[in-house]
Amino acid sequence: MIAAVGLLVGIVAGVLLHPEVPVFLQPYLPIAVVAALDAVFGGVRAVLDGIFDDRVFVVSFLSNAVVAALIVYLGDQLGVGSQLSTGVVVVLGVRIFSNAAAIRRHLFKA
Amino acid sequence: MGLPGVSGEPGPRPPGARPAASPWRRLWRAARPRATRAQLLAGVLCAALGFGVVVQVRQTDVAGLADLRESDLVRILDDAGERGDRLAEEVRELERTRSELTAGSDSAEAAARAAEQRALELGLLAGTVPAVGPGITATIADPAGEVGAAAFVSLVQELRDAGAEAIQVGDVRVVASTAFEEPPAGAGAGVVVDGTLLTPPYEVRVVGDPQTVATALDIPGGVRESLRQLSAELSVETAEEVRVTALHAVSSPQYARPASPGATAGSE
Repeated sequence: MIAAVGLLVGIVAGVLLHPEVPVFLQPYLPIAVVAALDAVFGGVRAVLDGIFDDRVFVVSFLSNAVVAALIVYLGDQLGVGSQLSTGVVVVLGVRIFSNAAAIRRHLFKA
Repeated sequence: MGLPGVSGEPGPRPPGARPAASPWRRLWRAARPRATRAQLLAGVLCAALGFGVVVQVRQTDVAGLADLRESDLVRILDDAGERGDRLAEEVRELERTRSELTAGSDSAEAAARAAEQRALELGLLAGTVPAVGPGITATIADPAGEVGAAAFVSLVQELRDAGAEAIQVGDVRVVASTAFEEPPAGAGAGVVVDGTLLTPPYEVRVVGDPQTVATALDIPGGVRESLRQLSAELSVETAEEVRVTALHAVSSPQYARPASPGATAGSE
């Protein structure tokens, strides 16, 4: 519940403040957001599995975002930034889908 | 999936380890607001996520060239360059067309100017426009009232012979059709010019070469002498600027029609 409220608060804050994204962050923010989404789905799945651990959630959330951004940064430096960010998005997308499938199986037994 | 930090990733679940509580109840229990560290942290992180999503969505809305990668920028630059070349070619084309059209309208304009100039010149001859230029102002003092139409006819004749280009007697413009008549009996001294009765002294304004015109009036046996015989005095002033302001009202001819050039060529 607090998590849902936090999500709402974040959205509202973003709408109201509409801050400017710093230029050096612009290529990495979308990847970090997708990675954080992956962490959230993983957390929900862990709750349903009964093995949710707040420490693991926080660490995985932050490290997911940072590592995803880091990979894209490295790719940019190596000249394969667009390909690598596509790869990261594909990987994260697959994980989000598998987590969502696990959640669905828990909730709907299907 | 090479990403580390897998959140709450469940390991392979032993078949019998499935929790007894229904997943919905478990979810509900986890969602109940409790002031635990886990709840607060999850709330903060989710707030960060929501913030990030909104910011990124807005950023994508306004994304311009700054977000693009080098290769995309190069492609866009190429496109822009090609487009610029095409447009420059179009500009050259249009400018050429414009200069052609301008030249065309220039010659039409020149023709119109020439026609207008000619109309003005003809207007001077026909007496429909005022004339100004060097010339003379002649005054005929006629105390005896002896000066008649014949004297004016020879005066105008002499002026035209001397190259006068515009003549005004009194306030009547002298044109090709001007007629001088004696005034009706009993009207006293004077002369009728184109139906207007003029009385002495008469003022004659002439635009033309002042020296030639003035000399023409002075030749022996000329206008000045004939006037003196009529006991009238002719005084002439030359001026650099004489204004012939009287206008002749042109009425369209009632009988004469322009003949075709072929017909006039035969008669000439």
